[in-house]
Amino acid sequence: MKELNVKHRPLWRDEFSIDQATDLYVTRRQFSKFLVLTSLGMFAGNLWILIRNWLSSRPSFQPQPVGTVNDVAVGGVKLFSYPTSEDPCIMIRTAPDRFVAYSQKCTHLSCAVYYAKEENRLECPCHEGYFSVEDGGVLQGPPPRPLPRVVLRRDGSDLIATGIEL
Amino acid sequence: MKPQRGITAIDGAIALIAVLLIIQMWLLTATLEAYLAGHPEPILPAAIISGLIFMACAGLFFLIHRIDADVKTREGRDESSLH
Repeated sequence: MKELNVKHRPLWRDEFSIDQATDLYVTRRQFSKFLVLTSLGMFAGNLWILIRNWLSSRPSFQPQPVGTVNDVAVGGVKLFSYPTSEDPCIMIRTAPDRFVAYSQKCTHLSCAVYYAKEENRLECPCHEGYFSVEDGGVLQGPPPRPLPRVVLRRDGSDLIATGIEL
Repeated sequence: MKPQRGITAIDGAIALIAVLLIIQMWLLTATLEAYLAGHPEPILPAAIISGLIFMACAGLFFLIHRIDADVKTREGRDESSLH
């Protein structure tokens, strides 16, 4: 009768029990093990992002001419790409001496935003996300963040993009 | 601990782990979204919180094992007394 003692019972009798109550324990124990391993995976994912962030270098932007003052009338728009040809941007002349430029990709799902002159705002046609022309901030809709702003420098009549502010 | 009470306690612990896991999943997706958008500020706090949640889950897991062991010990005692 000693073999019935828990301490001397083989492992397989615990894991493949014929007793229903014991079997409930086994399934719950294994399910909790699965959940905790998933939690470990999530933690590992967060650590991976942290390490990637530490190892990745900050992007540096090269100054690049994007047009001249005369290219755009007041209230007009010019499209250009910066810093690479894969990054579409939109420049708006809001006043005779004021130019603003933003990434043209909506921060929601990357649809191209356009300038709505009547409402004086940038609009995303996909999900009606609206952005302020003044600072690129979100006015309405699902975009989670403002539009990245392209820093412009005026050099005589030339407009030069010098960086991006996220 | 009686087997039925043990099962109830384990079910409660599993429910708590599941809730913590949902929070951790949300945390991971939000962190990834922020990282890809070029906003690294929440990455470190998110990693710390995720680690704390994992430790809480591991603690609950060991609690489940302890309850399991308690029930087994009791079962063993009962079986021994029967024979």
